Amino acid sequence: MATQYGTIIRDGLWDNNGVLSMLLGLCPTMAMTATATNGFGMGLATAAVMAASNLLVSVFRNQITQEVRIPVYILIVASMVTVVDLAMNAWMHELYKVLGLFIPLIVSNCLPLARLEAFAAKQPVLPSLMDGIFMGLGFTLALTAIGAVREVIGSGTLFADASLLLGPAFKFMELRLLPENMGVLMMILPPGGFLVAGLLVVVKRMIDVRAGKPIQMAGAHAAG
Amino acid sequence: MNERFMYHGLVLGAFCLGFGAVLAVTNRITSADIAQRAMEDRQTSLGQVIPASIHDNNPVTDTVTLTDDEGQPMTVYRALSKGQVTGVAYEIRGSGYAGPIKLMLGVAADGQVLGVRVLAHKETPGLGDKIEVKKGDWIQRFTGLTLGDPPVEKWKVKKDGGEFDQFTGATITPRGVVGAIRDGLAFFAARKDQMTEVR
Repeated sequence: MATQYGTIIRDGLWDNNGVLSMLLGLCPTMAMTATATNGFGMGLATAAVMAASNLLVSVFRNQITQEVRIPVYILIVASMVTVVDLAMNAWMHELYKVLGLFIPLIVSNCLPLARLEAFAAKQPVLPSLMDGIFMGLGFTLALTAIGAVREVIGSGTLFADASLLLGPAFKFMELRLLPENMGVLMMILPPGGFLVAGLLVVVKRMIDVRAGKPIQMAGAHAAG
Repeated sequence: MNERFMYHGLVLGAFCLGFGAVLAVTNRITSADIAQRAMEDRQTSLGQVIPASIHDNNPVTDTVTLTDDEGQPMTVYRALSKGQVTGVAYEIRGSGYAGPIKLMLGVAADGQVLGVRVLAHKETPGLGDKIEVKKGDWIQRFTGLTLGDPPVEKWKVKKDGGEFDQFTGATITPRGVVGAIRDGLAFFAARKDQMTEVR
């Protein structure tokens, strides 16, 4: 049992990382990674939605019939996104002002849907919940990494506005690494997102090759 | 065959009903808090364009509704001190490089700009977003100006022969903002009586 959870955790965070291995969910990845803080916040919101929808689909996996599963999955993901959206607006308003526009984008993210179909529909409740949490955290990790690279090169800062997201105690995280006018503007515009995401995919592959792991490309369809 | 179709339909229908109920309940629980937050937001943005020292009322709730030049209703937030209108604030719009720029303009009863803040825009990060107060002090330059100072024909960016700086690499954004403020002040001059009328 323990090894099963170990695999789920390692798959989610690294081996089968949603962005860097499966190349899923690229739409919010491009839109939300101009800064590390935004990437981190978007990642966490996605992780919450993924955990909740994985859990629900697993609970109802025997009731959801094969023929109507796709609309039911979309219904569940969309409902969870709306719940997160309303709850954040009401109780985490500062964060909502930063991320609010992008929360509805989670519905169009293929990653939650892919995990529902590939994992939660077939597995018991607890592993499904774990899969949702760790796939979501892996997504967060990738978004934060892409955001950090783009932010440092593009605006010369790192974790700017982190205190808005995490509270005033995290002010120390906000760094300025390069002078104000040295930023390469292209990096915070959309092309920078594609460049950095591509480069980090290469970096991950190189690390995997060095470690002697087979390159995992199973089920990788670049999409949404 | 027919029965199976019925069954799938019922399953889907049941899920829709169930999650519809979840959403209704969530909406019920959060709506009061969300309305409260929206109110606080408005209070914050108004606080930046109407100094607290000039009023003793709450401008967020003390409003009049006018019809703008295009026939749309617009809300004017009013600052009152001892029953006299000392200033007003209202939303104005400029056309930017990537869609409309929404601003909040505060005007004193004598026509001076009390303050301007950007509420929402889609300008290029790093170029046009210097109109935001947290990215630069350009927007604060307007405080204290009137439609006669500088003269109305000078209410333009320098590139168009006016008084105001454009940004390196971005002219359209400041042009839109300067134009919006100029038109906003002209609107105040034209409608001053309606805006400051004490009922």
